[in-house]
Amino acid sequence: MNLWVLVLATIVGCYLFKLLGYLVPARLLEHGTVRRAVELLPVALLAALVVVEAVASGHHIHLDGPRLAGFGVGAVAVWRRAPFLVIVILAGLTAALLRLA
Amino acid sequence: MNVTEIRPDAAARRAVVRNCLGVGVAVGAYGFAFGAASVAAGLSVLQTCLLSLLAFTGGTQFAVVGVVAGGGSMAAALGSGLLLGSRNVLYAMRLAPLLRVRGLRRLAAALGTIDESTAMAIGQRDPALARLAFWWTACSVFVVWNLATLLGAVGASTLGDPTTLGLDAVVPAAFLALLAPRLRDGAVERRVALGGALIALGLIPITPAGVPVLAASAALLLAATVRPRP
Repeated sequence: MNLWVLVLATIVGCYLFKLLGYLVPARLLEHGTVRRAVELLPVALLAALVVVEAVASGHHIHLDGPRLAGFGVGAVAVWRRAPFLVIVILAGLTAALLRLA
Repeated sequence: MNVTEIRPDAAARRAVVRNCLGVGVAVGAYGFAFGAASVAAGLSVLQTCLLSLLAFTGGTQFAVVGVVAGGGSMAAALGSGLLLGSRNVLYAMRLAPLLRVRGLRRLAAALGTIDESTAMAIGQRDPALARLAFWWTACSVFVVWNLATLLGAVGASTLGDPTTLGLDAVVPAAFLALLAPRLRDGAVERRVALGGALIALGLIPITPAGVPVLAASAALLLAATVRPRP
C-alpha cells in the first residue's frame, strides 16, 4: 500500500469536506433526514472502531489479556467521566504493566 | 490590582477565551496518542505530522491509522476516514452564517472547523462571542494537537514496540472517550452505537480489515424508524 497516496487523499478529502460546508446554501441543513444521518454517522463508526480496536487482529478475533484489561480500565474511566488524558494514560499503563508482570 | 473598570463584555470575552484555551490544551494533548499510534501503524513521522497539520480532524486521523494498523486496504482506510470526516460539512454549514468569512479567512476557518471549535462557537449566545470562541478554540487545539502529534510520533519511533507501551489498549479507549458524549445524548444514539458495534464484531472474521467499520454505517437504518428531533 502506498501510504503517501493515502495520507494525501485523506488530507485533500477532509479539507474539501470542511470547505464545502462554507460554500453550500444553508437551507440544505433544514432537511431533517440529511442532518440526522450526518449527526449519527460518527456514532455508528466510532462504536465499530471501539470493537475493532479492542478485539480484532487483522481479520481475526484475537482476545489479548493486557489489551482488554487496559481497554476495560479505560472504559471505567470514561464511565466515571475522567478527563481525556487520564483515560488514555490509565488504559496504556494498565496494558503495559500487565505485560511487564 | 484595579478590576473596577472591567466592562461586563470584557469579562465575558475573557471567560470565553479561558474556556477555549482549556479545551485546546485538553483535546490537543490527545494528539500525543495519535502521533504514537500513527507511527506504530507504519506511517513516517512526516506523514503523521502532515495529517495533523492539514487533515486536522482527530476521529478521521485515528480511523485511518487504525485501519492501516489492522492491515486493511487503502480504500477501506480512506473510506472510513472520509465517512468520519463528513460531519465537518455539517459543522461548516452551521458556522458559515455565524463567522461570515471570505477569502483567506474562509480557508483558515475551514481548516479550523472541528468538533470542539464548532461546539464552543454554537454554545455562545452572542455572535461576537461565538466568533471569538471559534477562533480561540480552533487555534489552541491546532497548536497543541500538532505539537503533541510530533512528540508522540518521535517518542514512539524511538521507544519501539507499541504494545510494550500499551498503545493497543489506548486506541479503543480513546475511541470510546470520543463516543461517550454521544451515548449520553439519547436512546437513538445508543441503539445506533450498539448496532454499529455488533455489525463490526460479526464482520471481523469474514471480511478484509477495514470493511467492518465501513459496514457499520448501515446501523444508521436503526434510527430511520425513529422520528427526528425537532
